[in-house]
Amino acid sequence: MLEVISKETGNKEMVINMGPQHPSTHGVLRLELVLDGEIITKVRPNIGYLHRCFEKYAEQMDDYAKVIPYTDRMDYVSAINQEHGYVIALERMLELEVPERVEYIRVIMAEMQRIASHLLGIGAFGLDLGAFSPFLYLFTEREKILDIFERVTGARLLYNYFAVAGLMRDVHPEFKTDTAEFVKTFRPKIKELNDLLSYNKIFIKRTANIGVLPEKVALNYAASGPVLRGSGVEWDLRKNDPYSIYDKFDFEIPVGTGEVGTLGDCWDRYMVRVKEMEQSLRIIEQALDGMPDEGDVMEAIPKRIRPKEGEIYVRTETPRGELGYYIISDKSASPFRVKARAPSFVHLSMLPAISKGSLIADMVAIVGSIDIVLGEVDR
Amino acid sequence: MTEYVSHIHPVAAILVHAAIPLTIILVYALVAIWGERKIAGFIQDRLGPMRVGGWHGWAQSIADLLKLIQKEDIIPTDASRFLFKFAPFMMFAASYAAFAVIPFSSAYVGSMVNIGVFYLLAVTSLLTLSIIMAGWASNNKWSLLGGMRSAAQMVSYEVPTIASVLTVVLVAGSLNLMTVTEMQSGNDILGFLPNWFIFQNPFLIVAFIIFFISILAESHRVPFDLPESESELVAGYQTEYSGMRWAMFMLAEYADMLLLSLLGATLFFGGWNSPFGDFMAGPLWGFFWFMLKGLSLVIVMMWIRWTLPRYRVDQLMHICWSILIPLSFVNLVLTALWEVIF
Repeated sequence: MLEVISKETGNKEMVINMGPQHPSTHGVLRLELVLDGEIITKVRPNIGYLHRCFEKYAEQMDDYAKVIPYTDRMDYVSAINQEHGYVIALERMLELEVPERVEYIRVIMAEMQRIASHLLGIGAFGLDLGAFSPFLYLFTEREKILDIFERVTGARLLYNYFAVAGLMRDVHPEFKTDTAEFVKTFRPKIKELNDLLSYNKIFIKRTANIGVLPEKVALNYAASGPVLRGSGVEWDLRKNDPYSIYDKFDFEIPVGTGEVGTLGDCWDRYMVRVKEMEQSLRIIEQALDGMPDEGDVMEAIPKRIRPKEGEIYVRTETPRGELGYYIISDKSASPFRVKARAPSFVHLSMLPAISKGSLIADMVAIVGSIDIVLGEVDR
Repeated sequence: MTEYVSHIHPVAAILVHAAIPLTIILVYALVAIWGERKIAGFIQDRLGPMRVGGWHGWAQSIADLLKLIQKEDIIPTDASRFLFKFAPFMMFAASYAAFAVIPFSSAYVGSMVNIGVFYLLAVTSLLTLSIIMAGWASNNKWSLLGGMRSAAQMVSYEVPTIASVLTVVLVAGSLNLMTVTEMQSGNDILGFLPNWFIFQNPFLIVAFIIFFISILAESHRVPFDLPESESELVAGYQTEYSGMRWAMFMLAEYADMLLLSLLGATLFFGGWNSPFGDFMAGPLWGFFWFMLKGLSLVIVMMWIRWTLPRYRVDQLMHICWSILIPLSFVNLVLTALWEVIF
């Protein structure tokens, strides 16, 4: 057994590998933990087990549109949001007008995907803390979203649905009623979740005051999304740097309150996600009201995509935070460079900063609360 | 029946007395594992096992058992081989041996010893030893952590368990479980309630609550299932075990759960006494009532498991040492005062 003597305390410490086949590292993440008893003195995340050369592949494609399916595979839990950023980047490069109906459908899909992603994130977080049943309740709801997606796109996980200035196919006629029905049935479930899990005494004991991320540290590490908002910073790209048609909708940015513990603890990050689902429902309702019934979603799709020489950085709000695409074009048919700024990667890097001195059980809570997807970390 | 068997031959008597609890445990384990999955399914809006055997997958546990028997027996290279092989059997032996003093019905108890309660608590302490053995012998860090956690947890929670059991012993004035049960027959409280200890005085209700929380921890059930918490310690001390040895751990765990529930039923709910006085009473009905009471407690334990999240190891210790132990001792003293006054 590998043991080291700590220079500071003189205690015998044990080096232990958490992962890559550990049940609660959310994929193939390996954490090298140095333990003094059960207290963690050092953490080193080891990544790269799911590296699929997304950026290099993107350069090899002979068409910009062929990169879209690969963006799906980055964060496979919120594939629609990954596509959204990429197509917006291309539309801005090509200076294309997007039909209104397309924009509305995109927003509805993106917000549904956000709910689905949060459901998985919250459910898996509960599972990490030993709450098995909420996970399955949430999965039932996620299943309903995936059923709607399956009818719209033909796929349940990796959709390849958004196209540049359009969509791959139009939605089916019952799309509006299906979605409205889902919104209606889902609202009460959030309250149920709060009763069962969010305000459960044991759950609060396990998450409050754990993995506290102060505002300053969060900003220094360039955190974004629910992780940053959990620390009390009101920053949401849908409001602060509106893309698509998000400026048309009325919604709030939920932030952490430190209600049950310290501002920026695991519970705050969790609660921000729960509240965001409610806001997403509001956006979906407004979008369903405003969505035009007529219009061809494929008419504006360009035959060939040859952007002018230049570069662009477009950032969008995915369920995990700020996803940025930095694309350089050299006038040819394939992109010269596609760089993705993945929020999970950034959030993982602050793990050592917020988990020092905690217990192994807390480590599980912290990893769960920053809600990483390894596909996005490694790309 | 006890006397009748021992007239034949002493060895035959031992074998019969060993076979009866074993049959009960094995049948119970098969039903309980299937039942737990069904209950989990019911709680989680799904069906649970549905295929094997036709009606609601009743044969699922049997199929699982057959599968586990066929599995390769893997022993890690650097494991301490003897201890590794021995640990699961010792764990099962510990909870199995304790069944000897459980009075299953008015006509049957494996061994009528005067210090039944004491023997039972002493023998179940061996569980801790076998878990540490398994954790250490696996030569796996996760197993070791699981084993150490388990040792800390069980040693701590034995104190409130014993203190709450003592409360009953104090009222009953006997350590013999048969005598304790016999003292609870009749329906005299408020004219209709059975004379079970839980109804006899308010402090015994508190004692039962402490007892129930402690047995949740003793038998490693949620919210205290830290030794095998799958999301933190992979599978705790069971990580390196597979096939039949792993099945022995499962069996021992379920047996332990039943044992402690039956102990609870004996001490607080009148054991084999019928809740309706002389109606539906008798040796066979006694067995029925006893198992019903024990299994009800098991079902409550399963229900809790699928509802609550898990505590952290230091919080678990906090609950034990700064809440349950003081409370159980205060309760013990108050019960003694109650006994003196009334």
